[in-house]
Amino acid sequence: MTAVENSTKVTLGGTRGGPDVATLRTDRWWLQPVVTMSILISFVIYSTWAAFQNKNYYVGAALQRDLISPFYSPCLSANCTPGSSSLFAIHGWTWSPALLILLFPLGFRMTCYYYRRSYYRAFWWAPPACGVADAHGTYTGETRFPLIIQNVHRYFFYAGLVFNGLLTYDAFRAYHQPGLGWGVTIGSLVLTLNATLLWLYSLSCHACRHLCGGQVKSFSQHPIRHRLWKFLTPLNAKHMNFAWASLFVVALTDVYVRLVASGAIHDIRLF
Amino acid sequence: MSTVTMRVWRGDANGGDFQQFELEKNEGEVVLDVIHRIQATEAPDLACRWNCKAGKCGSCAVEINGKPRLMCMTRLDTLPEGAITVTPMRTFPIIRDLVTDVSFNYAMAERVPALLPPEMPEGGYRMFQEDVERGQEFRKCIECFMCQDVCHVIRDHEENKVNYAGPRFFIRYAELEMHPLDTNDRRDLVREEMGLGYCNITKCCTEVCPEHIHITDNAIIPLKERVVDAHYDPIAWLGRSIRRKTKRSAAEAAVQPAP
Repeated sequence: MTAVENSTKVTLGGTRGGPDVATLRTDRWWLQPVVTMSILISFVIYSTWAAFQNKNYYVGAALQRDLISPFYSPCLSANCTPGSSSLFAIHGWTWSPALLILLFPLGFRMTCYYYRRSYYRAFWWAPPACGVADAHGTYTGETRFPLIIQNVHRYFFYAGLVFNGLLTYDAFRAYHQPGLGWGVTIGSLVLTLNATLLWLYSLSCHACRHLCGGQVKSFSQHPIRHRLWKFLTPLNAKHMNFAWASLFVVALTDVYVRLVASGAIHDIRLF
Repeated sequence: MSTVTMRVWRGDANGGDFQQFELEKNEGEVVLDVIHRIQATEAPDLACRWNCKAGKCGSCAVEINGKPRLMCMTRLDTLPEGAITVTPMRTFPIIRDLVTDVSFNYAMAERVPALLPPEMPEGGYRMFQEDVERGQEFRKCIECFMCQDVCHVIRDHEENKVNYAGPRFFIRYAELEMHPLDTNDRRDLVREEMGLGYCNITKCCTEVCPEHIHITDNAIIPLKERVVDAHYDPIAWLGRSIRRKTKRSAAEAAVQPAP
């Protein structure tokens, strides 16, 4: 439908009050974008390095463990480290298997409503902070290519659920140490923490909340979806926390597996 | 007795500048108290809007130290040491001193198609509590227009005002879209004419809202997701086609406009 006709026209122009300066804020408004930028750049650098390593991503039977880095799971290339491969392999792919799968978690985070807020502020300066002038002469937001692609967020959410399932399976497998039987190691706890935080990040997603119940017009006619929505709403309020925590822990998990696989540290068995 | 330095913007459409005032500071005072004292003692012609002094009318919205705030709800002791800068809302044309012309918002309010309930069923309309509660948050809006003021889409880009409703009216659209008795479908409208896609979720509107309405999380993002349902999700389209949609299409709505 269209807007109500014969409504008052918006008059453009007119002198604005206050001085013509970028901002009158006196607090450290620049701190948040700088911190965000630093963390995200660090993560991109580390994950790119890790993705191209193509080694030390799996701790197998030789070390009596079954730990795989989340950056490399599922391992779909034909040259996976023995024991780390999945049900099927893509023959002919000889580069790092991480490059096959990282698009999906990357796409999920890139199109995430919370990360959009963060990187629009930190990198694009549109705006860098509230009440601070943005850095662009014109602005079309997410109405045109390429940013209109942000609307595919829910498809990355679906893909993310598949990955969460796989990483949960990886965490489960980590509790069975080859040659030793079932037991709890630091590695199994790290993988479990990683899978848990990724589930929390996905379940607190705005698209998830919408698809589970937010899209209905009448809660009273959809009581189950209303319950789901009520369950997800407090999680959604903490989406930012889960976004950062899961980002840190996924990198931490890769670091841990890499250190154990390279022999730098030993994965301690607790019981 | 401690003192406070106030830098207040004075001027009109022909230009202006800061005027500085040194005043005594009393415990518990808010910025509006000091502005009133300036009016009473040093600048009786200082123009500012105010009404309830309780954070419920939204009249005294200005920018304090560069951020939109209600003067009546901003205690002096919550502000950092040093001069306090008070300027009019930047997004709207100046009338005089701290008073701006916010008629842009009234023009956008006029464009919102009203609620269109279905034909009255026998026994009248009924709404259940969970449906009432859902829209209640949006009804808390006091129309201070600070969310509109801080939104960079129009704050920094005047040309976007023609096709951008702004956060205050996105919560109105969201409220209507979530109303169980509304039969209009406004998703095309908010996408094509009201500029929902311009919003890039920077959440400044939520940050400045004095009523703590979750404008972005509970109104704008749900609206964006509804637009995705309608335009960018083939699975949702297929589902609608199979189940048959219950809301009126844009074409149907155009034939029978809202009352």
